[in-house]
Amino acid sequence: MLSRTADHLYWMARYSERAENLARLLDVSYQMSLVPQSIVAQNENWRAILALNSLESAFAAAHDEVNVDNVLRFMVADPANPSSIYSCLRAARENAHAVRGTLTAEMWESFNATWIELRQQTFEQILSRGISEFFDWVKLRAAVSRGVTFGTMLKDDALHFIRLGGLLERGDNTARILDMQYHILRNGDEGASDFYRWGALLRSLSAFQVYRKVYRDAITPGRVAELLILRMDMPRSLHACADGVVRMLQLIANSASTETERQAGVLHARLHFGRIDDILASGLHEYLTDFMDRIYDLGDGISRDFLVPA
Amino acid sequence: MGTSFYNEMYDAAGGLRPHYRGLAEWLATIPPERLARKQVEADRAFHRVGITFAVYGEEAGTERLIPFDIIPRIIPASEWKALEAGLLQRVRALNAFLADIYHEQEILRAGKIPVEQVLRNAQFRSEMIGVDVPSGIYAHIAGVDIVRAGAGESYVLEDNLRVPSGVSYMIEDRRMMMRLFPELFSRHLIAPVQHYPDMLLENLRTVAPKGVANPTVVLLTPGAYNSAYFEHAFLAQQMGIELVEGRDLFVRNETVFMRTTQGPQRVDVIYRRLDDDFLDPLAFNQASMLGVPGLLTAYRAGHVTLANAIGTGVADDKSIYPYVPEMIRFYLGEEPALNNVPTWMLRKTEDLKYVLEHLPELVVKEVHGAGGYGMLVGPAATRAEIEDFRLRIIAAPEKYIAQPTLALSSCPTFVDSGIAPRHLDLRPFVLSGKQIGMVPGGLTRVALREGSLVVNSSQGGGTKDTWVLEG
Repeated sequence: MLSRTADHLYWMARYSERAENLARLLDVSYQMSLVPQSIVAQNENWRAILALNSLESAFAAAHDEVNVDNVLRFMVADPANPSSIYSCLRAARENAHAVRGTLTAEMWESFNATWIELRQQTFEQILSRGISEFFDWVKLRAAVSRGVTFGTMLKDDALHFIRLGGLLERGDNTARILDMQYHILRNGDEGASDFYRWGALLRSLSAFQVYRKVYRDAITPGRVAELLILRMDMPRSLHACADGVVRMLQLIANSASTETERQAGVLHARLHFGRIDDILASGLHEYLTDFMDRIYDLGDGISRDFLVPA
Repeated sequence: MGTSFYNEMYDAAGGLRPHYRGLAEWLATIPPERLARKQVEADRAFHRVGITFAVYGEEAGTERLIPFDIIPRIIPASEWKALEAGLLQRVRALNAFLADIYHEQEILRAGKIPVEQVLRNAQFRSEMIGVDVPSGIYAHIAGVDIVRAGAGESYVLEDNLRVPSGVSYMIEDRRMMMRLFPELFSRHLIAPVQHYPDMLLENLRTVAPKGVANPTVVLLTPGAYNSAYFEHAFLAQQMGIELVEGRDLFVRNETVFMRTTQGPQRVDVIYRRLDDDFLDPLAFNQASMLGVPGLLTAYRAGHVTLANAIGTGVADDKSIYPYVPEMIRFYLGEEPALNNVPTWMLRKTEDLKYVLEHLPELVVKEVHGAGGYGMLVGPAATRAEIEDFRLRIIAAPEKYIAQPTLALSSCPTFVDSGIAPRHLDLRPFVLSGKQIGMVPGGLTRVALREGSLVVNSSQGGGTKDTWVLEG
């Protein structure tokens, strides 16, 4: 298929996944801010979200103070912030529009409907209905688009590029959410509130029930990290994402992509054979940073080999 | 040509023409509410599918629906046969003319057309001199605008040999009519048109560069903001070929490739819907972001076919138009089967004088204009508009031609007041490759405003299904 077509499909999936995970991240932050803690500590959380996306200066240009209202407005509804949910859904829809002829009619209608519904609500309306309801809506629309994609598309390269983009983005986003929350939680005061915070993190990644089922035990930081990094059967884990990336790359391989496939294979092997004790001993933050760097390089390689060849 | 209009359904005495009998009988049984309902249904369906066109000069990104009229226009088999023969004859001669002026230039040496009219024409591309194209075909796709005037005789209004559009509406209008009124199709023997994309693809494959057994054909579009983008996407999808933009293509070793996820793939035939000026920034408009650097070199080397060829504009230019009958005599040794509209060329002093004295009766067109932009329809213009146009003509007379206002034929059309006659034209499409052919029919454009003679979609025109009857 045309590289430009593949590029649009890949980014359509990445932006769609990014919007969903941003909703998850903001949701967990919002939930945690409801747990009793000092205002200072709260605002640290919101500052961390901006740092996660390197948005501190862009935010400072638009708002005076880092607080829950300002950060939510900036990350949810600001069209000038390229990382906001609004901008991600717009970018997903624009990429879909550019390759409308490649998508099934249901897919196009799904992406388009998400965008139209989003544009019909102001941030004030979103707040008045409850911000969590909005985050649920974003997750639901992502689920609808994903369902329609898998339910209606021919299993050819077009679908493979969509899945590749989605998996790469999801791996990166899970690592980001885990890195930030783990950092905050480890630095927090011990106590009963920890249970709620770990619970909120797991819930935001749809992993709370999974955790209960897998471990049937108390929530500990080590197990949470293991579940979200190493469990192959946990659909949002780094391992599951890397596994999917490797499989997609095998399906779309071309004569230029050998090195990218190798890198993906290395990343997958580290997750496949890794042990959580080793990861924690050598530093979780360092491990996750390394993972995100590798995902970034993979994205680079995929662009060069398939999407925007010289 | 007078002021009486030829009505395609009724003769001068008010009698029904035989080929409209079936439709008239059917119409008599249909309550007006049902027609109105069907019209609404058609509009809604066109909207949903997104069959739209962009209008230039309005707010950016404006997309409009071309109005669709539910009453078909009917052409009997015998009339079509004569028309088809005339069209094929004309396009053959036009292709022969293009091959000639880019090679031996015999027609110029024979003195049939003034040399400067051709060689100094802005549409003449010296880059094409001596370049051989497959089968000697330049205008692979020609959209020839036909009107009926006077007692019903056909005139060629213009030959569109660059990137003629509208064929998608021909196909979609037919699809819509079959959906709305299937019973009409069982009462008539109507020649099908939906195989046009197959014919087009087959035609494009026959003009691939020499030695290419299984050519890769692509459709090159200026992009999603072009007014005809819907048609580009539609045709590419119907033919099962890639819809590419300039940035998807590149030239290496005088060969054109497209960037695919499996690496570069050679492209053999480009059905381009992009004007000459934008094709190659190295050769033509340097600011063009839409084209492919080096395309002209690959083309001249014979490694890729462009359809239509570069430089066809010199043959459909309005200043060359008056000479087409002469081309037919010169290249084919035949008498033209279709009429040309008498044309005054305002670069000639005596023509200019006459036209300036008769502006209220005439139609004045820009030599290089298209789409109904920049023209004066004398009888429909206000005095101020005429005086304004007079100044423009005097400033640059060579930019204009003038023609008598044709009494365009009319056909019943469903409008607010019910069924009433409206003026129309016809754009059939002639395909030339190793062979020449066409599907029976074309795009009928209708001026929906009462009395209007301007059928262009950008000026409030609509379309209707065109039936060529078999047998």
